[in-house]
Amino acid sequence: MAQFRIPGPLRRLSDGQVTVAVEASDLASAIEALDARYPGFRDRLLDEKGELRQFVNVYLNDEDVRLGSGLQAKVGERDEISIVPAVAGGR
Amino acid sequence: MPKLLGLRCRECGAEYELQATHVCEMCFGPLDAVYDEAALKKIVSRSRIEQGPSSMWRYRDLLPVEDSVAVVTLGEGFTPLVKAERLGAELGLRNLYLKNDSMNPTNSFKDRVVSVAISWARAHGFETIACASTGNLANAVAAYAARAGLECFVFIPIDLEPAKVAAISVFDPNLVAVRGNYDDVNRLCSQLIESTPWAFCNINIRPFYAEGSKTLTFETAEQLGWRLPDEIIIPIASGCQFVRHRQAARELMEYGLVRGERVPAFTGAQALGCAPVYNAFHSDTPDRVLPVKPNTIAKSIAIGNPSDGVYVNRIARETGGVVEAVTEEEIVEAIRLLARTEGIFTETAGGVTIGVLAKLARAGRWKGDETVVAYVTGHGLKTADVLASANGHSSKRVEIEPTMKSFREKVSIS
Repeated sequence: MAQFRIPGPLRRLSDGQVTVAVEASDLASAIEALDARYPGFRDRLLDEKGELRQFVNVYLNDEDVRLGSGLQAKVGERDEISIVPAVAGGR
Repeated sequence: MPKLLGLRCRECGAEYELQATHVCEMCFGPLDAVYDEAALKKIVSRSRIEQGPSSMWRYRDLLPVEDSVAVVTLGEGFTPLVKAERLGAELGLRNLYLKNDSMNPTNSFKDRVVSVAISWARAHGFETIACASTGNLANAVAAYAARAGLECFVFIPIDLEPAKVAAISVFDPNLVAVRGNYDDVNRLCSQLIESTPWAFCNINIRPFYAEGSKTLTFETAEQLGWRLPDEIIIPIASGCQFVRHRQAARELMEYGLVRGERVPAFTGAQALGCAPVYNAFHSDTPDRVLPVKPNTIAKSIAIGNPSDGVYVNRIARETGGVVEAVTEEEIVEAIRLLARTEGIFTETAGGVTIGVLAKLARAGRWKGDETVVAYVTGHGLKTADVLASANGHSSKRVEIEPTMKSFREKVSIS
């Protein structure tokens, strides 16, 4: 099963769990599975059009999904999906 | 009476107590410091500021550090605002000014934000200061941590140039070289804040750090005789400082410090090799800034995934500014242009700013009498290598024997 890494601000939704395992074939279905287990995640991660929210970065095995296939990105058995708040930076 | 009331989400308005946190739990939006503006209105005045120190701390009332706190300072800010007569003549601008922020203690604008961040962190009990950086920020953080006597962890991409590593290492921070690029380092640090009791300047204490940027615009207004210019050109990396400059203009008006009601046009400058904000500004969806993989010599502003990019586009449009971008060749040309006409040697990020200024001027953006200010945010010695690789020798160089004869033969004096 693929593993979500949940950031601090969202762990209230996941009963404090840092990682959550889900059964999914792509990122969109992974988010659905996460939301089915811990309701509220879909609204926090996706906007009304069903796209990733502006201030949410999602990394599939350390690769920013926006640089690749986005929500259609294929998710494998041993993949790690990290949710990271976008607000940071300044070199 | 404390002047800071708390933190507020810029997106959804959710309010939080003062603490080292930077994102809203509800919507992940950025958190901003909230001041007791009614109380500040009673004390903030031009004369109170003018009696303050010759540093950015003369605007202390408008910074997120309480009066009782001993600040960590190296004399940052209150850098020269010079009228650029010769550059202005080349560009057809009779009222062009340069805010030369390379005159800061570690030679970049970052000293402003880091002085505020470390002052706040030390006052709130943090013993370790950290940052993700490729140069300017790390330089400032390492220096100010040394000044404050705090532990320091600096996270850098593993391929950082030796000269930059040396300029950071001299302050003796713990240096963590990460196998990845800047965006990778930044993501790692965004995750590390949850498992370390550290103050990451540009992450968890960002709401305070960011506020230091405002002083650049406060000073510009004061140095222009307490008025705001018609347009300001600002380099864009994360977009953090751009947003703060808009806020600074608002505060200058609200506290009655400047004459007039007109907000300057805020114009952003990017390198085409890393131009996610520029791309979005000129697309049909300026509210959607798509990340890019940076590839530019302007490394100090090469953020592929700029967190405040959307706000930059909103502010530029709202104030009548634009977001423009320049090529690598234009960056180097602009560095030389600024040096040749004004005697100021800037780094590649400054080349981006001056390059955009020149590009817009030559395209006829201004009539000529407007007051235009460009923020020159870092010193040229930080990136001198780009000139060496692009034929750094002066075209006026000659080699001679140590004799009068040889001099007369080889050197023409008009």
